[in-house]
Amino acid sequence: MDKGSIPRIHRHFRLQWEEAQGCHVLLYPEGMVKLNDSAALILGCVDGVRSVADIIAELTSRFPDVDGIASDIEEFMAAASTRRWLEFD
Amino acid sequence: MSSIPEASPPLWLLAELTYRCPLQCPYCSNPVEMAAAGEELDTEDWLRVLRQARGLGAAQLGFSGGEPLVRQDLEVLVAEASTLGFYSNLITSGVGLTGDRVRSLREAGLDHIQVSFQSSEPEVSALLSGSPKAFAHKLEMAQAVKAAGYPMVLNFVLHRHNIDQTEQILQLAHELGADYVELANTQYHGWALLNREQLMPTREQLQRAEQVTNAWREAHPDGMRIYFVVPDYFEDRPKPCMNGWAQMFLAVTPDGVALPCHSARNLPLEFPNVQQQDLESIWRHSDAFNAYRGFDWMREPCRSCPEKERDFGGCRCQAFALTGDAAQADPVCTKSNQRSLVDAALGAASAQESGAPGLRYRTLQASKDILARQV
Repeated sequence: MDKGSIPRIHRHFRLQWEEAQGCHVLLYPEGMVKLNDSAALILGCVDGVRSVADIIAELTSRFPDVDGIASDIEEFMAAASTRRWLEFD
Repeated sequence: MSSIPEASPPLWLLAELTYRCPLQCPYCSNPVEMAAAGEELDTEDWLRVLRQARGLGAAQLGFSGGEPLVRQDLEVLVAEASTLGFYSNLITSGVGLTGDRVRSLREAGLDHIQVSFQSSEPEVSALLSGSPKAFAHKLEMAQAVKAAGYPMVLNFVLHRHNIDQTEQILQLAHELGADYVELANTQYHGWALLNREQLMPTREQLQRAEQVTNAWREAHPDGMRIYFVVPDYFEDRPKPCMNGWAQMFLAVTPDGVALPCHSARNLPLEFPNVQQQDLESIWRHSDAFNAYRGFDWMREPCRSCPEKERDFGGCRCQAFALTGDAAQADPVCTKSNQRSLVDAALGAASAQESGAPGLRYRTLQASKDILARQV
């Protein structure tokens, strides 16, 4: 993955908090994915402005005690891209 | 003591805005008795239903019918759905849609339009829908949907008269730039059940369609997503219908009847009406919604079955339609002592002459005729 690339939530998905589910979800045509806290945290940083490197830097500074956070984020972004939750400029 | 589990929130609200439809598809899942339905809910009723359903936790909203575009207040309902935070889906034949309306619905906040097709060929489309002009218009509207920035989801209901065109259907969807394609084998409820013998494909047809679909997926790994909905009569185990009765799905009919499944209307239960009761009490406390919740209602072979938490005993509507008792196991299951009903239906269908449809079309007049004979 090019860390300089800028991810966006794919235009066919919508990220939102669902009170009844007690979690963030991605909504798409006739479907819903429930997100765990880390996934919601990473996707919450995706704004179409910040690059992968920017997001890694921000989360690393917010969670300095979490080992391997950079590679976790990269892995998640790759998986989210495969599932088409993310698209890259 | 009853041990009906606490109701989880509904995820889906299916708002069947009307039974009116310009097409006459003989595989429609609407009730054959639709002519006996009461008056359509008005705009205020629907706005209240949307708010109550969202309050219960529903996140997905389907505007369906009949043809929902015949409702002049659709944009008002879409706008409210958007304000409430629903992901809103318009499920349409495309007939009655215009480029302007595609855009105005987008501006009102609609998230997705699913256009249904009868076929990849105009002649078959005309035969099934009763409209010679619908096909060309659908193509145009599918393109308008894409151009307006919606995800493009195309739905093809499969049956013996079009299932051999699966390759052409996928090709058409690909050329139109579809993001998702639903190849939905007919489920036999409502009008489709009435036309079952004429619609059921043969096992060989089904196998070919599955092969074509799998080959297409392999050849286009990054292409459109294809959902192939199997026709459950050919399976050994029932589908986990609605993920269990009144677990995640809530439908409201054009005249306000609340149902745990859009095919449930003719089950012998007293379904509540949203004009008399709020959705929360309907969803949590009504006898009809609790009738088949959980596992306590089950009889054998379901009750002791290790698979009951996977398929929930199958489809209550299908159990009722085929056995006359909604608390029976879905007779698709080979553990059911009434599986012979399904096999007999498959046998009767495969004995049908191909090429001579003899289909019974979904029209208001046909519904009235059927009701007159029932009296």
